[in-house]
Parts: sequence; structure tokens; C-alpha cells
Amino acid sequence: MPRERTQVSRRGFLRNAVKGSAAAAATACAAVAAPPEANAFQRPPKPLPSDAVGLLYDSTLCIGCKACVTACKEVNNMPPDIGPEQQAWNGVPGNPTWDSPVELSAKTLNVIKAYSHGTGEKKDSAENGHAFIKRQCLHCVDPSCVSVCPVSAMTKDAATGIVSHNPDACIGCRYCVLSCPFGVPKYDYNDAFGEIKKCQLCKQRLAKDELPGCADVCPTGATLFGRTEDLRKEAKRRTALKPGEVTHFPRGDINGKVGGARSGHDATVQVAYQPHIYGETELGGTQCLAVSAVPFDKLNLPTNVPDNGYPTLSEGIQHTLYAGMVGPAVVFAGLAYLAHRNTKDHTDE
Amino acid sequence: MSVHAHQPHGHAALGGRILTLPFLVCSALVVLAGYLLVQRYVYGLAAVSNLSDGYPWGIWVAVDVVIGSAFGCAGYVMALLCYILNKGEYHPMVRPAVLASLFGYGLAGLAVLVDLGRYWNFYHMMLPWYAQPNSVMLEVGLCVATYTIVLIVEFAPAFLERFGIEGLRRKLNKVLWVFIALGVLLPTMHQSSLGTMMVIVGHKLSPLWQTQLLPVFFLLTAVLMGFAIVAWESVMASLNFKREMETPVLRKMAGLMLVVASVFVALRFVDLLWRGQLGTAFGGPSSGWFWVETVLMVGGLVLLIPKANRSRSRTLFISASMLLVAGILYRLNVYLIGFTPSVGPWHYFPSVKEIMVTVGIFALEVALYLVFVKKLPVMHAEHPVGVPHAADAKHG
Repeated sequence: MPRERTQVSRRGFLRNAVKGSAAAAATACAAVAAPPEANAFQRPPKPLPSDAVGLLYDSTLCIGCKACVTACKEVNNMPPDIGPEQQAWNGVPGNPTWDSPVELSAKTLNVIKAYSHGTGEKKDSAENGHAFIKRQCLHCVDPSCVSVCPVSAMTKDAATGIVSHNPDACIGCRYCVLSCPFGVPKYDYNDAFGEIKKCQLCKQRLAKDELPGCADVCPTGATLFGRTEDLRKEAKRRTALKPGEVTHFPRGDINGKVGGARSGHDATVQVAYQPHIYGETELGGTQCLAVSAVPFDKLNLPTNVPDNGYPTLSEGIQHTLYAGMVGPAVVFAGLAYLAHRNTKDHTDE
Repeated sequence: MSVHAHQPHGHAALGGRILTLPFLVCSALVVLAGYLLVQRYVYGLAAVSNLSDGYPWGIWVAVDVVIGSAFGCAGYVMALLCYILNKGEYHPMVRPAVLASLFGYGLAGLAVLVDLGRYWNFYHMMLPWYAQPNSVMLEVGLCVATYTIVLIVEFAPAFLERFGIEGLRRKLNKVLWVFIALGVLLPTMHQSSLGTMMVIVGHKLSPLWQTQLLPVFFLLTAVLMGFAIVAWESVMASLNFKREMETPVLRKMAGLMLVVASVFVALRFVDLLWRGQLGTAFGGPSSGWFWVETVLMVGGLVLLIPKANRSRSRTLFISASMLLVAGILYRLNVYLIGFTPSVGPWHYFPSVKEIMVTVGIFALEVALYLVFVKKLPVMHAEHPVGVPHAADAKHG
């Protein structure tokens, strides 16, 4: 009977469909779970933009004066940040004037933090010493915050590579805050109309050929502005220096162009640098780099991170599954075929 | 007991009083949440929540959206069984499941508007010139929004029957297959993507949960929790509304739950082994939570292994509850418990006000469900109407 045959063939079809999808699922699982070097899903890492600019922070040169923190507040019109445990300056309740940020926040785009151990007396020593670290957006080559933003509010400039944020587009989902491997973008939870805030490398000043606020005021050249490629070379030069060597440390722009030429200084290297340049390889590299004599994990920077940015994986998975929407379209066609056949049987109930 | 006579399509409104004690309790919780939300919109997120830059996503995302939408997968799995795999015997359970999904997803959407820091811009998600195709969240957002519309269409026949709009109902029935197909495709997409969303947090998620299989695990928990919630609701409905249990159908579904839960557990261990992280399960950070999740999952599935257990409503209820909690915990582990912010230290535990907002949203779901099943033909009529069930006849 024709009816019977339909039944049989449909069962066969379903059986095959189940078998087929099981095989496909098994293949997909194998591909997904494979170790990174054999990962079918990972997309290629992004290259450094042609005119990438950034900062080189040298912890051994930093004297912890925090002039950069103040300058950053001034040039970016950021409000003072007073922690809940801090007393108001001059004892004026509700009207404190003492800016004392201890961490990056929606009010603080740049902060100097101190590492201290034991007696803390020896500068740039992990044992019984202290060291400084500057925290601000590192302007990743392959930024997670840009990858996750659903409404293109977080963008990376194609030429300079500066990662900036547009609050008028932003929906405030805070996926950028969640995803940033370095804990940089911040939201203001105490504001009914809070915004995401992060360092944008003073792009408004760079447009006027002025230095980013922090590099402009740094008295020792601990924060140095420049093209990322030049900064990488300079960082390599410094990490190769031996204690006792006398060398020159530039100040302002490494090429003396942006913000005008500044005189640097000559100094004797006191402590051996860590061989690693922070930001050279981390998560696909960052445009802002750091060198230090104290290991970076002691400075509370994430060190247990892969050499490829996380977007290589998440975007890889997503764009493999949804390539050209072919997969969903094929699945939809199959589902629609089955639903069409089967609802016919059900409607005459 | 039914206020409305049996409808000719096999579904009937339950009737009965609206102002019952559960309804009033739920309403009170909704009012309280509304009061707290006024504070949230006037003073900002910190006024009611413990959200911070370390934990920018709290329970409003993890519970209301990620877990709430899994509760909403009842409609997904029932449509899959009934219309795609053509298991007509599940037909009576489709409509209540679709209604539960409609509320689950609708209120997940509401929770998003509570959580968004710049909610007045939310419509940018729908505008192509803002779209950022690399964002997993964009895919989830668009997919969930579309699915909510699909659920409304899938549920529309209940409205049309209730208000006797027969012509439109017939017309809708002719094209309903398109929406049924979408109703299976879309949850498959966004439920798996809810897992992919956490791939990008990388090292901040414990290796016990951080894997490229996250989309697979999220899809599996979506299906499992969909089944579990159907079983759970069936038992609850039969107790509270004094209805007969759909025992034979539930028995078959219990078998499916067993399969999905077993695949989940097996794949979980294979994945840990493959990534060389099995040791982390023994004494690593958060490993206790891994075991609570795994033991609940294994316990729930073991209960279903003896076939006789699958038709015992008490055992089925306990098993479904365990599997449901295991699924909840898995998703909570991925989004909150297994997550450590990169530059700490940060701490998060939801504030009382934050919890009450979540409670209020779930209470709204329950209150609306109670009204709908009493006023609209949602539940399957207990005594079949004259015409025999086409599907039953075919399979019999």
C-alpha cells in the first residue's frame, strides 16, 4: 500500500538522518576538541596595523610620582575617584577634593600601582623590594572587546590600531568588561546613565600632534610614546642591557616628532631586566608594551595566557558554524520539510 | 469544572478562580520587584545589585537569561519530538510547553532590559548599520528576538480558538509548519551560542568548564532541561489541577532524558581527559561545584535506568528535579561560579534586592502561566473529543 510505503521510507529517512547527524556531530566534536595547533576552527591571528602606535612603560624608570595619573584626568576631563574607605580631604563631607584612585574605574583610565615585598626597600627587586606598574588599555592587536561588541560601539582604528569606544552606540551590555583579558574597560554602576570608560590613547590629542597626557608629563621617560614597531625594538634593546651598562633613555615620543623633541637622560642600568617584553606575544600582542625587572605575575598582570587572542577561537567557531548562513539554511530546509509533512498529519485532529 | 465547553481541537481552558493564593503571592513578589526596579532606573545598577567591573554579569544574566531561557526550551523539545520526529503522542504536551517557553523567553528579554546599562539604545541590536558580525552576542540577541515572535505565532492558535476566530486559525494552520521549523532551528542556534559566548573569556573561566565544546554542552543542557521542565510541569499540573498524568508519554520522554544526560556526562569526562584537565576535577579550584553538578546529573540519570521507574511519577519527579538542578548548576558554573576576573581581587554574591528582582521576574512568569491555562485552551482536554487522535490512529 502506498501509505505503508511512505511510512517505511519516512522511517528510513529519519533513521538515516539521525545516523548522519550523529556522524556530523562526532566530526564536529573531534574538530572542536582538538588541541590548538590542529584546530580546524581557529581563524588566523590579526596583523599589527600599519601605523600602530602605543606606549612603552619601563617599570625600572618609573618613580611612582603619578604625574601621569593626574595628567590623564586633566586631559580627559575625568572626575576624581575617591574610594569608600578614604577620608575626604580637609574633612569636608560630601565634597572631597583628593583624587586617590587605586584601580582602573569608570573615573580612572590610567593608574600606577605598586608591588611591595618584605621590607620593600630595594627598588625593582622581587625580594624585600618594590616596583611600579602602569595600568591602562594595552590596545590589543586582536582585541576581545571589539570582537564581542554587538553594536560596533567598540572599534579598532584600521591605521593607528587605537581601540576606542562610542557611548552613543553602546547598549551597556558590559560584554567588553567581561571579556577583556586585562580587566580594562569599566562601567559606572553608580550612574543611572553609566558609560563604558577606557583609555583611548588620547586620540584627540594625537590628532593635534600632541602626546598622550601620560607620556607628555612623564619626567623620566618611563612612559614613552611611539610607533609600536619602534617601541618593540627599544624594548628589545633594553631587555638585553646588563646591570652596570650606561645607556640613553629617551622621553616623550621615541622619534621626537609628536609633541616636539624632548631631552632624554643617560643612566646606569641598576637591575637586570626580565627577558620577556609584556605585550609582545600575549594574546596576539598589544600595542602598549611593558618591561620590568620584577616578574610580571608579581605586578598582577595576567601571564597564563596563550599567544593567540581569544577572538581567534570564538570567531573561528562562530564563523565556521554560520559560514554564509549555509548551515542554518540547510538545517532549516530539512526541518521545514519534516514539519510540513508532519503537521499535515496532525491538522485533521 | 471547566468554565468553557471543550473546544473542538482537543484543548480546553482549565477554568477556576484567578485570585488564588499562589497567584496573589506571585503578584506581591512582582510588585516588590517593580519597586526595586524604580530604584535601579533612578540611581543606577549599583543601587540594587552587587554588580562590579570584576563581575559585570551577575544573576540577572546567568539566572534570568541563561538559565531562564533553558527553562524556556520546553517548547523547543516538544516541537522537535512532535512535529519534526513525528511522535504524535506528544501532541497534548506541545501547547503548555510552548506557553511556558513564551514566558521563559519573554521574561529573559525583560531581564535583559533590566540589566543593560544603556537600555535606551537596545534597539541598536536590530539596526544593520550597528551590527558587528563577529559578536556572538549579536547572533544570540537577534535569534532570541526572532524566536520570541515565533513562539507568539506558535501559541496564537490558542487565542484564536478562545475567541472563535476560526478563519484566521485555519489560515495560520496552513503556514504553521514554517514557524515550527523556525521554532526548532532558532533555539538550536542561540542555545549553543550561549555556550560559545563564554569561549572568549578564556583563562578567566576555570578549565573545568572552559572548552571549545561549550556550544555542544549548552545545546545538550537546553534539550535536557527542556525535557526535565516538561516532566516537572506535568507532575506539578497533575497534582495542583488534579489532572491525570500523561504517564505513557512521560515514560518515553524519560528514556530520552536518560540518553541526553548520559551523552552529556560522557562527553564532559572525555573532554576533560582530552584537554588533560581531569586532575583539576580532583582538588582544583571550584572542583567541588563540578562534583555537585556531576553527581546530580549522574544521580538523575541513574534513577531513570530501571524502566519501571520511568512510569512512577514520584521517581520521575525526583529525577527530573535533579537533572534540572544539574543543568542549572552547569550553566551557573560557566557564567558565575567558575569565573574569576583577570585582575583581582573581586568578589560577587548577589544582593538581596538583586535576588528579589530575579524572583519577581520568575513570579511574573508563574502568575501569567496560571492565568493563561485557566482562561485559554492550553491544556489537553482530558476526555478526548469524538474524533480520534489522528496521530494516535496513525501510530497505533
